[in-house]
Amino acid sequence: MKLRLKIWRQKNAKTKGAFASYDLDGVSSDMSFLEMLDLLNSRLVSEGKEPVAFDHDCREGICGSCGMYINGYPHGPVPGLTTCHLSMRYFRDGETITIEPWRARPFPVIKDLIVDRSAMDKIQVAGGFISVTAGAAPEANNNLVRKHSSDLAFDSAICIGCGACVAACKNASAMLFVSARVSQYALLPQGRPEAKERVRAMVEEMDRQGFGNCSNTGACEAQCPKQIKLFNIARLNREYYRSY
Amino acid sequence: MNKILFSAVSKKFVMALAGLFLLVFLPVHLGINLMLIKSDPEPFNTAAHFMATFPLVKVVEIVLFLAILVHIIYGIILQIQNWRSRPVRYAVRNKSETSAFSRFVIWTGGAVLIFLVIHFFNFYFIKLGIVEGDPENFYSVAYQLFAIRGYVILYWVCFLILGFHLYHSLQSAFQTLGWSNEFWKPVIRVISLIYAILIPAGFAAIPLIIQFFK
Repeated sequence: MKLRLKIWRQKNAKTKGAFASYDLDGVSSDMSFLEMLDLLNSRLVSEGKEPVAFDHDCREGICGSCGMYINGYPHGPVPGLTTCHLSMRYFRDGETITIEPWRARPFPVIKDLIVDRSAMDKIQVAGGFISVTAGAAPEANNNLVRKHSSDLAFDSAICIGCGACVAACKNASAMLFVSARVSQYALLPQGRPEAKERVRAMVEEMDRQGFGNCSNTGACEAQCPKQIKLFNIARLNREYYRSY
Repeated sequence: MNKILFSAVSKKFVMALAGLFLLVFLPVHLGINLMLIKSDPEPFNTAAHFMATFPLVKVVEIVLFLAILVHIIYGIILQIQNWRSRPVRYAVRNKSETSAFSRFVIWTGGAVLIFLVIHFFNFYFIKLGIVEGDPENFYSVAYQLFAIRGYVILYWVCFLILGFHLYHSLQSAFQTLGWSNEFWKPVIRVISLIYAILIPAGFAAIPLIIQFFK
């Protein structure tokens, strides 16, 4: 495959960025999107040019490191996939692919396609935990959990915190992320004792970081690589009202 | 206190409550308007007189105006914050699969607001004595307006846009108030669709019935 890549290049947070175009041939349809970028970077390095900086780690779709805005879609046009799992077979030979970093006020660009997502970590630190006394593992059947609750908690706990929801939302809202984090604890007995403090602290931190407001548009749900559902946001709202 | 009133969740809560109140008011307004179909102006004028003078309705009217005001002000605040949360826009427009009713809700809301201003000039300001007219005979005021073809077309367009606004709003209010889950979400969507068709269609049918059947 031969591709034309339009990639956002930006030296650092202080300088202005711009798109740069690259013609890349020799791309195999069996490559992943990140492998295609690796190929580009190896060419750039051999030509003595600066490689494109992008975040990546596990390349197994579970770490939440990779993430870029590809042709108008966070993580690319295929639902339920992270960028690392996106295969080049979804693109046509000769296609122009525009690659941009996540855009949101709380996500400043660090370099090229890498953005600072520590705003999400701060929300997590504000309340995304349970306080337990350290010691031996408790008896598994001490806290009985309904199968349905356990399934819902698991479905929200699979959020990898990649920030695609923020990147997709027209308001750069982090409500889907926060709702997944709040839900995973709210649905389980272990999370209930601190439920009120947790939801208030996480919403407060989300506001402090400058994320937008949810307008129930659903772009977050459509683009979430882990397919976290919108009704988690309804649960977050319920939990928030209940906390007062 | 500020944290409670102006958190991302609370602002939406206030917005949804005010909106829901307006959603309850619309069928009441439609019920009175349907009396316009009758040849006798008496029932409509009596109802309009009752709405203008009955003390309890006066109190509800204040709540209604507050709801409209709060809904607009909070809507504008939320929108400005939302625009500011992405200072650098994407070069390629977002292609995520979303509902257009939801994406354009601020604009459909703006169009409804423009209609509301026209509506106030046509009726409410007569009652207040700001605009000339007989406040005891809104029946004939309505008939005079419906006789203008341009007004009727504007009326229909505004109610079509109101329908778009309502379809998003009702679902959105349920979601914001936390009354949504896996089971209820599709049910609420159908209820919203029925409401968003029936109410505007009811209003829009009145000038049509007057035109063709009278």
